[in-house]
Amino acid sequence: MKKIYRSIRLYTHYVSINIRSMMQYKTSFFLTAIGQFLVSFTAFLGMFFMFERFSNVEGFTYSEVLLCFSIMLLDFSLAETFARGFDTFSDMVRHGEFDRVLVRPQNEIIQVLGSKFELTRIGRMIQSIAMFAYGISKSQIAWNFPKILTVVFMLIGGTAVFSALFVIYASLCFFTLDGLEFINVFTDGAREFGKYPIGIYGEKMLRFATFFIPYALIQYYPLLYVLGHRSDTILIFLPLLACWFLIPALLLWKFGVRHYKSSGS
Amino acid sequence: MKKYLSFFRLRFTMGLQYRAAAFAGIVTQFAWGFMEIMVFRAFYHADAAAFPMSFSATASYLWLQQAFLAFFAAWMMENEIFDSIVNGNIAYELCRPINIYNMWYSRSIANRLSRAVLRCFPILIVAAFLPQPYGIETPASLLHFILFLITLALGLAVTVSFCMMIYMLTFFTISPQGLRMGFTSTVEFFAGAVIPLPFFPEKIQKILELLPFASMQNVALRIYSGSMGNSEMQKAILLQVFWLIAVTIAGKLLCRLAEKRITVQGG
Repeated sequence: MKKIYRSIRLYTHYVSINIRSMMQYKTSFFLTAIGQFLVSFTAFLGMFFMFERFSNVEGFTYSEVLLCFSIMLLDFSLAETFARGFDTFSDMVRHGEFDRVLVRPQNEIIQVLGSKFELTRIGRMIQSIAMFAYGISKSQIAWNFPKILTVVFMLIGGTAVFSALFVIYASLCFFTLDGLEFINVFTDGAREFGKYPIGIYGEKMLRFATFFIPYALIQYYPLLYVLGHRSDTILIFLPLLACWFLIPALLLWKFGVRHYKSSGS
Repeated sequence: MKKYLSFFRLRFTMGLQYRAAAFAGIVTQFAWGFMEIMVFRAFYHADAAAFPMSFSATASYLWLQQAFLAFFAAWMMENEIFDSIVNGNIAYELCRPINIYNMWYSRSIANRLSRAVLRCFPILIVAAFLPQPYGIETPASLLHFILFLITLALGLAVTVSFCMMIYMLTFFTISPQGLRMGFTSTVEFFAGAVIPLPFFPEKIQKILELLPFASMQNVALRIYSGSMGNSEMQKAILLQVFWLIAVTIAGKLLCRLAEKRITVQGG
């Protein structure tokens, strides 16, 4: 227990250092935040204009898709804010900084997590919250406690899945020394294409997203419950089940750390 | 001219060396294109009548977009150029008896061309074998194909001219971050990288088509499958030439202005 408490304190300390150092360059911080906002704002505009032309997509209306998009975007930005250290881990390996991490008497995951805290993603978060509010006001969802709980679970599960993907991405750096561009398909791609409910991509994609990388557990199935398309109670808890994805990710990470050979620089 | 050609050759052969990166890029772009097509397929199922162009033309558009991503992607700007402006290495380049605008121009074209050459063929070949209407179709006619090649080259030139303006503006702002991100998202959106221009509401599309951004990827990718009428094509090509000249002149003027009041950032 004491150990966990200590780790949390250490992590919050890391976060505060990160924020303070970022605030030394305030203009750069705001510009980056605005830039982040712009990038996902054009994705929103693209969707807006598509729905000007089409009234629905596979039975999902504009406001419903907006809810889906906003939750996915929030998941992704939260994961990016907290797990950015894993996302940029290839730099750490290449510059030999991971050696320093290993010689310290602390858990290496906490140290990598703490190495970056991307507050600039707040630009995206603000956008996703605005879209979420707009989507709610436009859709006729009868909110009740289970539905609110589902949304909270979706955020937890989604952040976990995206973080797990970042961890996998980082673990592969142990073997390749460089980031594998291909993994972007599963992170940036999921953010980009996850704005539509996964069901629209057809049966095969849905099966892939259920059993392989559990995107559907954090997005499609609970969304059906929130929107009232289906009412099985099990759907509420599926997003939490998606957290299993952290297990193989962390195992791969442990395996990678054991096989780490310093790049020597 | 000869020195710029050799800059071009140098960069081009250098770019061809990055084959592993190209392979990763191909796989990524293929997955990306595939997902894009699935999205449009879903919208097509929802309301086929609302589709502004045929589905196979849309699929061809999306595949060509992935294949020639390196030609038009606004975010693929040259980090080296930004770095040299920010850290002061630009001083070395200014010592040489060359025009930096022309040098950077030739090297940008070379970089984009070498990337595209490595990546486009595998994507196009696989896309050609996909079942219709999800794959890429053959060009509408021989004339369309020739015009496609011409407008592709013009589009590349307009894109690079535009990037040149951004490099030149960096001389004045020093930090390229904000400029770059604003520029990238604007171009991607207005050029039809997020959704093709025909999918915009008609009035907005009419305005967008006049902007320089529409002279980048939009023209070539639409001409290929014959989704532009004859008069439309004529207008679009003339606009491309106009914007190419206008943006290049603007960039050159900015370059001259920047050279006059340049501050080398130490280092």
